[in-house]
Amino acid sequence: MNRFAELLDRLAYEPGRNNKLKLLTAYLRDTEDPARGYALAALTGALSFKHAKPGLIRDLIMERTDPVLFGYSYDYVGDLSETVALMWPKVALVGHNNPPPPTLTEVVTRLRTLGKTELPAQLARWLDELDETGRWALLKLVTGAMRIGISARLAKTAAAALGEKDPHDIELMWPGLAPPYLDLFAWLEGRAEKPVNRDPAPFRPVMLAHAIEDADFAALDPADFIAEWKWDGIRVQAVSGRDERGHLQARLYSRSGEDITKSFPDLLPSLHLPGAIDGELLVLRDGRVQTFNVLQQRLNRKVVSPKLMKDYPIHLRAYDMLGDDENDLRELPFEERRTHLEAFIRKLADPRIDLSPTVPFADWPALTAARADPAGAGAGLDAEAVEGVMLKRRDAPYLPGRPKGQWWKWKRDPHIIDAVLMYAQRGHGKRSSYYSDYTFGVWTNGGAGDELVPVGKAYFGFTDEELLQIDRFVRRNTTEKFGPVRHVVHEPDQGLVLEVAFEGLARSPRHKSGVAMRFPRINRLRWDKPPREADRLETLERMLKSVTAN
Amino acid sequence: MRPQDILLPVAAGLCCKPGGFHIDPVRPVERAVITHGHSDHARAGHGAVLATQETLDMMRLRYGDNFAGSTQAVRYGEEVRLGDIKVKFHPAGHVLGSAQIAVSCKDLCIVASGDYKDARDPTCTPFELVACDVFITEATFGLPVFRHGDAADEVKKLLASVALFPERAHLVGAYSLGKAQRVIALLREAGYDAPIYLHGAMEKITRYYESRGIALGELRPVRGMKKAELAGTITLAPPTATSDIWTRRFPDPVTAFASGWMRVRARARQRGVELPLVISDHADWDGLTATIGATGAGEVWVTHGQEDALVHWCKSKGLAARPLDLVGYGDEEETEVVLDGEEGEA
Repeated sequence: MNRFAELLDRLAYEPGRNNKLKLLTAYLRDTEDPARGYALAALTGALSFKHAKPGLIRDLIMERTDPVLFGYSYDYVGDLSETVALMWPKVALVGHNNPPPPTLTEVVTRLRTLGKTELPAQLARWLDELDETGRWALLKLVTGAMRIGISARLAKTAAAALGEKDPHDIELMWPGLAPPYLDLFAWLEGRAEKPVNRDPAPFRPVMLAHAIEDADFAALDPADFIAEWKWDGIRVQAVSGRDERGHLQARLYSRSGEDITKSFPDLLPSLHLPGAIDGELLVLRDGRVQTFNVLQQRLNRKVVSPKLMKDYPIHLRAYDMLGDDENDLRELPFEERRTHLEAFIRKLADPRIDLSPTVPFADWPALTAARADPAGAGAGLDAEAVEGVMLKRRDAPYLPGRPKGQWWKWKRDPHIIDAVLMYAQRGHGKRSSYYSDYTFGVWTNGGAGDELVPVGKAYFGFTDEELLQIDRFVRRNTTEKFGPVRHVVHEPDQGLVLEVAFEGLARSPRHKSGVAMRFPRINRLRWDKPPREADRLETLERMLKSVTAN
Repeated sequence: MRPQDILLPVAAGLCCKPGGFHIDPVRPVERAVITHGHSDHARAGHGAVLATQETLDMMRLRYGDNFAGSTQAVRYGEEVRLGDIKVKFHPAGHVLGSAQIAVSCKDLCIVASGDYKDARDPTCTPFELVACDVFITEATFGLPVFRHGDAADEVKKLLASVALFPERAHLVGAYSLGKAQRVIALLREAGYDAPIYLHGAMEKITRYYESRGIALGELRPVRGMKKAELAGTITLAPPTATSDIWTRRFPDPVTAFASGWMRVRARARQRGVELPLVISDHADWDGLTATIGATGAGEVWVTHGQEDALVHWCKSKGLAARPLDLVGYGDEEETEVVLDGEEGEA
């Protein structure tokens, strides 16, 4: 448990992705089976046992400490598990030999079989045996609240690095594996054959597009490409296949290979033919695609209520086909896969799954026009959910990752406003010496005249050189400091105007301004513009109306 | 005579009227008795200063030759008479030269312990337990969540990180008087014999430690080093410098911070620390409570820090206890200011 605890402790503080990977890989390399397998399971959320409730932990500490001192301590630390881990009293254990602290393997295997009534006493014994960090990690584990900034994908990538394998391979076989993953580690270390994924509905690594720049068009021949609308939804892979007994198994994966089937039970009956579809998850009402903000209501839900499914009817818009029953189609050119897909969708004949239409165009100017006006170019009433066009080479095979020159995305021009820098905060990791997180605002009538109201936060979009310039500006124009946050001068004639680009706008009662931006970033620094000429909240409200009017 | 007739908290600090002196006064007084060299305890501008040789030297380094009207160096165990009062210095184990001040009048003894720790430290004389009637204790880490553990384990953690990330620089924030030298000494004890780099603000005081016979191995100023040369190295810097522009000279630095506060995650995260090292120059909760018990004092006065919790603990053990509410002392790490000049030259 101690080594796992040290790993969690270090990961919780490390901001950099590559450094996290390095820590994880080193741990997996230096830790023996089966402990490392259980660690990988813990990090990928693959462990299942009944979690301990905070009340139980609180009862344990109350029995052992002065309640007044616990109160002062909890106040100071602010986190129950951490307070308990830190102030758990050292016990003088009877006998000469103190039992060694429990291993991760012991903890995980014991938790699986432990009855509810046995949990408090077992937990107390472990807490007696572990040190501060060990207790903290144990409590994180048993309360099921790891929250250390590690995705399942990252943990798998770290495992792949152990044998210099492609993380996609692990993703592919993952559904067929179970903790403590002895077969996986044996393969990674070259001691055994690759584990076969017997999953009837496996995930296939997705193909991604490059953003196209104006200069790219000159080298491209329009005749080589097929264009589609780029939908503002969630990229998914819908797979169904037959298991050994011939039963159809259907699964829905996110683009990173996460199994999200449970969140969309309403789509499952529609996946009634064996095949693997690449497409976009959308919400459709009366046959009309809703905006991303509407779709968002269906994301990250633990419980999917009948009401939610009725109010936000889910839909799959298909644009590629990777497998047709037993046949792997990924080697075929896109044009042929598309023919397969069209036939498959016809055969499926299901109202929840349709085909993403192609956008006909003869030359680049024609496509430019279509992109500028999707409604007039075939997207019709769904145009609001179009965020641009996709260009796919007719002869492109389906390649995992982001292969050069095969698929291009050409987004619609973003919305742009001029806002005023109000607060700046230091960044993390490499940026910890820079003020790189910016809160910006626009003007509104605040009763006592015009005032700035914050409308968003952005921490990218600028160049390294621009970051230096803003950093310098922030340091020289700070009016107040609150911990890591600086108030930066923002007066009508004094301050910095930021041109902010964003993808969408939604009403948000949580923000003082009442609006929330999607994907805001700094587009340009407007050193030339006095703050008084920045945009007003009314402008954003108008944009909001035009987005949600229909 | 009651204890408060001997020592009384006043605006300038702890005042001994019958002896005509203040202990660690926060404003200029005629006669000051100083426990140790940290700037919130040792200030310039007093008439006469009574302290250990090391504390006087450190004050001279910081404030210049004219930091006081006159000075008198006192050795540990040496007794000085001031009026009706006997004053005796005992090691506090906090930093080099740090002392507890035992103030006695007739058969009543009060120990003002200043800042102290009962943990091992290769850079200063170990804490000495002094039996007394009234014990005046700090409470910087006066909550049961603060248990510092073995500093050597934390240094191992640092060295493991250096081994794991040989392409990155390790930047250790440590208060420049005491903590930095202790971390260096612990690194040497752990077998680390590569040169250790110093921020400009650390050089003078570290060289002073060496001049007092504390071996710290090869030390180099970080000033003038090329970025690539700092890969795989360890640099000690004042805590405030580790999140400043100054850090841009290091290749992808791992920011560490050696402090008792690092026990609490929110504190470490707030500072943007990636590698918290729980190394403290103050007693932890177990140290405070064990020391209070061992002095045999029936009455405890609690100065700066988490007074409430410690006072509550004393009362639950049947000891008379009260907070002193002295103003002007803090945790030195939170307040250490790196002067612009020092930052520039480093």
